[in-house]
Amino acid sequence: MEKWPDNKAWLLVLPVFVIVAFSAIIPLLTVINYSVQDIFGPGQSVFVGVDWFREMLQDYRLREALWRQFLFSGLVLIIEIPLGVLIALAMPKRGWKASAALVTLALPLLIPWNTIGTIWIIFTRPDIGLLGAVINNLLGIPFDHTASPLDAWITVMLMEVWHWTPLVALLAYSGLRAIPEAYYQAARIDGASAWSTFLYVQLPKMRGVLTIAFLLRFMDSFLIYAEPFVLTGGGPGNSTTFLSLYLVKIALLQFDLGPGAAFSLIYFIIVLLFSFIFYQALQRVGKGETV
Amino acid sequence: MGLTLKDVDKVVGREIYLKDINLHLEPGSRNVILGRTLAGKTTLLRIMAGLDRPGRGRIRVGEKDVTGVSVRKRNVAMVYQQFINYPSLSVFNNIASPLKLAGLKKDEISRRVNETAAMLHIEDLLDRLPAELSGGQQQRVAIARALVRETDLLLMDEPLVNLDYKLREELRIELQEIFVRGRAIVVYTTTEPTEALMLGGNVIVMDEGRILQTGPTPEVYRHPASIRVAEVFSDPPINFLKGTVASGSVQIGERMTIPLLGHLRALGDGAYTFGARSNHLFLTPNNEDDVKIPARVELTEINGSETFIHARYDDFRLVVQEKGVRHVAIGSDIDIYVNPAGFFAYDADGILAAAPA
Repeated sequence: MEKWPDNKAWLLVLPVFVIVAFSAIIPLLTVINYSVQDIFGPGQSVFVGVDWFREMLQDYRLREALWRQFLFSGLVLIIEIPLGVLIALAMPKRGWKASAALVTLALPLLIPWNTIGTIWIIFTRPDIGLLGAVINNLLGIPFDHTASPLDAWITVMLMEVWHWTPLVALLAYSGLRAIPEAYYQAARIDGASAWSTFLYVQLPKMRGVLTIAFLLRFMDSFLIYAEPFVLTGGGPGNSTTFLSLYLVKIALLQFDLGPGAAFSLIYFIIVLLFSFIFYQALQRVGKGETV
Repeated sequence: MGLTLKDVDKVVGREIYLKDINLHLEPGSRNVILGRTLAGKTTLLRIMAGLDRPGRGRIRVGEKDVTGVSVRKRNVAMVYQQFINYPSLSVFNNIASPLKLAGLKKDEISRRVNETAAMLHIEDLLDRLPAELSGGQQQRVAIARALVRETDLLLMDEPLVNLDYKLREELRIELQEIFVRGRAIVVYTTTEPTEALMLGGNVIVMDEGRILQTGPTPEVYRHPASIRVAEVFSDPPINFLKGTVASGSVQIGERMTIPLLGHLRALGDGAYTFGARSNHLFLTPNNEDDVKIPARVELTEINGSETFIHARYDDFRLVVQEKGVRHVAIGSDIDIYVNPAGFFAYDADGILAAAPA
């Protein structure tokens, strides 16, 4: 028997390994490397252990940004998931109306993220923006996201809901369309109301796609950067400075690579941890058929 | 209470789904709607259930006109081809759901659910979710949900078609027993003649949205009133031989002349189509009246207990169903024996002119 079998099969795995190495492993290792050093310049660095982690965890601005981030993602999930399901339920089931609705719904998803921020800056301007002018001049309510933190939050939330609810709606719609007609007939024959049909047929049948929608919206909203960066730049004050905005400030604007890297790792672990917790929890809710 | 359909039509766009449906189903009767795919079986069931309104015509339950009455107000239950259960409810709650919606008391619900579950041998699965069950078990739950309500009308739309062969046989036998015990009108659709025969009761043969023939199943099987009924109600396909009756004998093709015997003597001169099911064709003579058809073998199929030999005589394609495994070389010439005493004779319009007693 041959002691060393032909190992050429490894060559087939190599491309994947190389891609993953460059796209994930090497950058991650670089970040870990930065996070434990104090870097003064090229080739000048000192090993500092977990000092940066300690410093970052004690940074009150980071904590504030973290709570802001949880509030933001929480609101996003609470608003977008039910709203997306409602839209999906109200959409036409077939024919040209269904196609028209789908295209219209998908439009916000096709716009570059920076452009979205710009659109909303103009849209909410008190002097010339359609929404801003109507609120300020017609309704007589002072509304300015550059001045009031609350107005800034409302604007960011509106923008986020407008931008991403269509994704939830599209996913929910695909889940709804996959339910065979016979389920609805059976529910009608049983005498079930529209609400019971929703609760016992549609919702359980959408469980799979809604789990995906929930996780996607959690991760994306937790990592949000471009739109608030363009719209509010994190202000007024720090009121809309989310984690990613604060991270960029530390790592790129102040060029503190060590603390920035430690921050990135903490950020990464939080996202990973919560995605895992949510996934586990959603697996247990209304345990039934995965669509 | 009986169910009566009078002059029911259903047309969607330009397509005729149902045409001139007249039916009366007796209380407690078993009725099998037999027809090919797209014959209108499911449309008819939906109209019986009240899921759809007929385009024209009336539907009565007993003396009461229920045309256009919503399905929620009817006393019906339905089982589908797909296994339809509420995904997030346990088997118990699935079966209990129609009773809960009807507002029954808790102990009454629990008694009836347990009783029905025992009847369908799923009493050990009551705590499970539908997704944790096999296909056969899921369909048992769906059937239990339909039976538990003790409705006047129980509709089953090809309920066994998505199950594998073994389970289908098993469940079919159980259903037969359940049907006999119940007092509901059972309407069961199928594409398979064998299934119709096994379930017994009455058969309603449908094709292209029309009812072709109704009656007690064995009787319809023995006297298919038209060529189309004979086609729908035969598996493997029925064999047809076209011939001309003149001066006391039938000429079929160029090489066959058969004397008119028995019921065939009643036929007047003219062109007829003679039908014989494949289990009446043999490779060896059984009777002195048998006639010999010289044919060439085109194909053989063996399913284990039977062999189907496809052969051709002139332009007629014939299928012989023989017991056991038979080896016949493709392309070889064989003699097929058939007793004309078993022939159905159809006239030029495809209507039964003479059938064996």
